Amino acid sequence: MSSLQPAQLVEQLHRGDPRSVARAISLVEDQSDVGASIMQGLDQQRLDEALTVGITGPPGAGKSTLTGALIHHLRQQKIRVGIIAVDPSSPLTHGALLGDRIRMMDHALDQDVVVRSMATRGRLGGVCAAAGAAMRIMAASGCRVILVETVGIGQSEMDIASLADITVLVLAPGFGDEIQAMKAGILEVVDLLVINKADMPGAQKLLFDLGKGLRASDQVLQTCASEKQGTADLLTRLLSLEKMLRQEQKLQQRRLCSLRQETVDWSLELFKKRLTALVHAQHCTGIDPRVAAEQLLNRVIPG
Amino acid sequence: MEVYRVLIAKPGLDGHDRGAKFIARALRDAGFEVIYTGIRRTPNEIAASAVQEDVAAVGLSSMSGAHARLFPAVLASLRQAGAADIPVLGGGIIPAEDITLLQEAGICSVFTPGTPAQAIIKAFKDACQQQHQHRN
Repeated sequence: MSSLQPAQLVEQLHRGDPRSVARAISLVEDQSDVGASIMQGLDQQRLDEALTVGITGPPGAGKSTLTGALIHHLRQQKIRVGIIAVDPSSPLTHGALLGDRIRMMDHALDQDVVVRSMATRGRLGGVCAAAGAAMRIMAASGCRVILVETVGIGQSEMDIASLADITVLVLAPGFGDEIQAMKAGILEVVDLLVINKADMPGAQKLLFDLGKGLRASDQVLQTCASEKQGTADLLTRLLSLEKMLRQEQKLQQRRLCSLRQETVDWSLELFKKRLTALVHAQHCTGIDPRVAAEQLLNRVIPG
Repeated sequence: MEVYRVLIAKPGLDGHDRGAKFIARALRDAGFEVIYTGIRRTPNEIAASAVQEDVAAVGLSSMSGAHARLFPAVLASLRQAGAADIPVLGGGIIPAEDITLLQEAGICSVFTPGTPAQAIIKAFKDACQQQHQHRN
């Protein structure tokens, strides 16, 4: 595929052309100059109609397998689906091994399953900076549902909860004390909780432990994603939650908050580069870093 | 700095993926974003994945002796998907007499056991760089 004008690219991606969808995501991810005109040309109605679902949880809980099962059920209903699978970049080499696609290869030849693996590229919140843009590009290409699978998370990666319309936390038995430690953070901000590998020992205890800390006990679902058990239920729950959020105008509110947050995140990202250059350019006087930071900020954004 | 995305795949009925995983890791350590699709993929699956991931190059690994049939089949699938511009590199247990054959078919580099990782990384870098020159 040779160079295309942004307008042509947008037109082709609206028709669902796989290469154009993929290239548009790359251009935005690589912060190319044409990124902005691509994003501004996207079909707003399709963006409004799409549902974005975040799938998050610790490494090995079964996020990719669960995502694979959700794809299966969505395709049974003939729903075109997009998947963004995020894996971490190396802080040393910036390289990454993106391996989530392996669990989704059942659908490799289905043109209505759009999978994109993305590396975090230095972002620490569990998703990558361009995930929001990739979501919107997929929606514009006709994906009615977009699943965003985060990196395997620890205690503090919660960006997905603001980015996606609905967020699902996937846990599995056997993580022991790590789960206890997670309780304070992510459990408070997700919409649904899935205990995956529910056929494994310890699942009932996990269910009991989690039930105590929740807003409502019906937020917990049990699945065995590799067998597609409980996963059709999960999809039903997601779609009915969407319906409710739309009826109560909450989806719109969530999106506005999300766009604001994404704007802040992008500003910080772009800012950091320039600030770093500024700090490195000036003579280091040994002044306290907190004081130096305030002086610098006052110089850049006079408050 | 430009980031190169590459796909590492194993076509056909061949479960010996140590080499593919080794190369995937070596490329990761050299700063590439590597998408690994796992074992036993069809040429069409590999091409579709390469397109969706918008990679700058595809690396194929074969230990089963089916390279002469499968590597060109991946090229054909890429052409069919409108992605003939994505370069394909290949490696594995490949007899010397097959190397020219594969190169004539359009595989841009062929690696055999003993090829230093650095040489493979360089070949991927060159292929990606060339592919990126023709992008927006």
